[in-house]
Amino acid sequence: MSPVQKKESAPKSVVVCFGIGALLFAGFAVAYALDLGTPVLGATIGGGLAFIALGLAIWSQLIDDKEPEYVEERNVGPSPEEEFDTFHEALVTEPVPRARVLWGMFGLSMTALGGAALFPLRSFYPSEGGNPDDLLTHTAFAHPRHRHLVTEEGVLIKPDDLEIGEVLTAFPSNYDTRVAEGATLLIRVDPSDLQLPAGRETWAVDGVVAYSKLCTHAGCPVGLYAQESNQLLCPCHHSIFDVLRGAPCIEGPAPHPLPQLPLGTDPDGYLVARGDFSGPVGASWWGYPA
Amino acid sequence: MSMLHRPGKQLLRTSLRKADDRLGFASVGKTALSKIFPDHWSFMLGEIALYSFLVLVVTGVYLTVFFEPSSALRVYHGHYAPLNGQEVSGAFASTVEISWDVRGGLVIRQAHHWAAHVFIGAIVLHLCRIYFTGMFRKPREMNWVIGVTMLVLAILNAFAGYSLPDDLLSGTGLHIFYTIEEAVPWLGDWLAFLTFGGPFPGRYIIERLYPLHIFVVPALLALLITLHMGILIRQKHSHFAGPGRRDANVVGSRMWPSYALRSMALLFAVAAVCVLAGGLAQINPVWVWGDFKSSTITSPSVADWYIAWIEGALRLWPPTEFHVLGFDVPTQFWPAVLLPGLTFGLLWLWPWVDRRITGDRGTHHITGRPREAPVRTAIGVAALTFYGLLLLASGEELLVEWSRWPIGTIRAILRTAVLSLPWVTGAIAYWLARSLQRSKAEGALRLSAAQLRPRHGEQQQELEEHEEKEIRKTGPVPAAGLTPYEPAEHSGSVSGNGGPVESDGDRSLSEETFWLKRGPKERR
Repeated sequence: MSPVQKKESAPKSVVVCFGIGALLFAGFAVAYALDLGTPVLGATIGGGLAFIALGLAIWSQLIDDKEPEYVEERNVGPSPEEEFDTFHEALVTEPVPRARVLWGMFGLSMTALGGAALFPLRSFYPSEGGNPDDLLTHTAFAHPRHRHLVTEEGVLIKPDDLEIGEVLTAFPSNYDTRVAEGATLLIRVDPSDLQLPAGRETWAVDGVVAYSKLCTHAGCPVGLYAQESNQLLCPCHHSIFDVLRGAPCIEGPAPHPLPQLPLGTDPDGYLVARGDFSGPVGASWWGYPA
Repeated sequence: MSMLHRPGKQLLRTSLRKADDRLGFASVGKTALSKIFPDHWSFMLGEIALYSFLVLVVTGVYLTVFFEPSSALRVYHGHYAPLNGQEVSGAFASTVEISWDVRGGLVIRQAHHWAAHVFIGAIVLHLCRIYFTGMFRKPREMNWVIGVTMLVLAILNAFAGYSLPDDLLSGTGLHIFYTIEEAVPWLGDWLAFLTFGGPFPGRYIIERLYPLHIFVVPALLALLITLHMGILIRQKHSHFAGPGRRDANVVGSRMWPSYALRSMALLFAVAAVCVLAGGLAQINPVWVWGDFKSSTITSPSVADWYIAWIEGALRLWPPTEFHVLGFDVPTQFWPAVLLPGLTFGLLWLWPWVDRRITGDRGTHHITGRPREAPVRTAIGVAALTFYGLLLLASGEELLVEWSRWPIGTIRAILRTAVLSLPWVTGAIAYWLARSLQRSKAEGALRLSAAQLRPRHGEQQQELEEHEEKEIRKTGPVPAAGLTPYEPAEHSGSVSGNGGPVESDGDRSLSEETFWLKRGPKERR
């Protein structure tokens, strides 16, 4: 290279972009060392990446301005018939007779292997767990051991613990509160307002009614209570249930009323369930009882 | 300067020479460097998906170091005061630790979440581009199927990742997922119990989602990406119609030095967007939602957009439950099992459905324009309207807040809109496509009022003749994907060159793999 020849200088904009990128990355290191917080960390490293991107984009634009458009033949398509035949022949060569039978048996054994491989999947839900249909149809309240209603902290509840218009989430006693099925809403209303379905006249105690907290649509906890209208609203898909009339769904996609729990009191005046819910709690499935 | 420069160049050459001594890659390397990439922005959507996947892998690996995939309870001790000393699951505690106690952890966690949105968003836009240009047609059916499979995997993995922190919002999402599994015909309850290890919430769901989220699905995605790109390299890119562009060639920039730099710029831009968002835009602050308890819920409870359309469908579908042959057909079966099943089933099969509709069995490498297939375009626009409205329905509460109308009214409007608007937008799309086809205007906005009016009889014929003449005058310019392309199997003339190539004056130059074509290139 002749020293007299004047050398073109590198495009300044690209140099500056990469330079700023390097500075910002160094800034990230400083920000990390000084613990300057999430926004500074993100802005320095993200900003650095952005400047690198900008530099590369300008550079590629400069190349593009000098580069023409190119054409390439596609060179893809069906192979010549002869070549294809040779390939096919090579594939189906049978040094041992009746390969079809052998491949058939091989296929059978592989199917058996696949079938066998399904069995360990059963361990994902061990058989000690019980039949899903049974578990979905009953809750812990069906067992005498769990009949008391308790708060999340395990404290027994008396009807007078609730004011009229108050709502409380209760659980079966001696039972893991993390299991969804037991979540029960206790709501105290004016007893004279109650219009429970026939046969449930005695299911409320001093105006306290108990419904499953699980929406019958997609299992979300029915977490919102409108005190003045006595309605429960599910925040997931907005089903609305009428508390005074046995919690039928009056608006929205839920197909069943919220199952009701028959309430009573023990000799000490604490709330107990006098049996299981009026129906399976939560969403329905193909085995939902008729 | 030159003294500093030359030893570097010499070193590069020597090392390449040594490598070539052992691998002999110069010929393949030369071909690779001159691979042609078409110059159109819409070809970058797939690349954005690829690069956000890289961001996901890099940020994800960092997160695995600190995340504890455990449902077991432990006490959180850290900087987030409201939770300090409380007993929560290891998954939730470690997510809060990543956010509050690991320096830089929140940037990475949020960048990971934003990158997931970019990933799925880019895949969806890429899918739309392929759909509306008809590039799922022969010979690209395989890559369409692989692409749709990757979309499904991406959505499932995003949902799994969203669920891992064991926070209140994602736990509610898992409960809905459990009830959707329950609604799978006949096997539903078993499927749900096997997934969760018992009645909801089971005990091990975090432990089970973790290997799927960090290994199984990403590995599958990596495999499918490799296949997707392998097929792309073999078949070469499709390209938009233009002078000199034919089914048998591909026109664009060379990989090196042009395209590689442009693509690297895109890689850094995608990373920059994810990291900047990760540092500056809060996403999924799980400490605000709190840890998951199956008896508690946040309000509002809204899902991430890529599954929210199912949520919207769940909200709009009226309660329908009936018994048939001793089985109960759950109401959530229709919107949450059948609808997604049909959606992805139809997407998978679309190349063959489209073949039925259009009768088009030909090989295509020139991208069609939406106007060339008015029925396909109309179906696409109608589908986008349908899913868009379902997405809107998943934000019902916002509409209620904004309009102050009761939820019942909003829902009635949305139900009507979901059932009627797709027909309207589909019809408009069909009419616009037909008008564009007739007018040869560049885009919908360039159409004049006269061109929008339906034409009949002589008028139409006159127009067509006029256009035909013009095309003849300019020679066999492949106008808008109408290039006659005879695959070798039909024409009988067999060549390894992708069938006969029409002569357009450039033929004499075809000895080289590629060659200089024109002066300054046309910008798209």
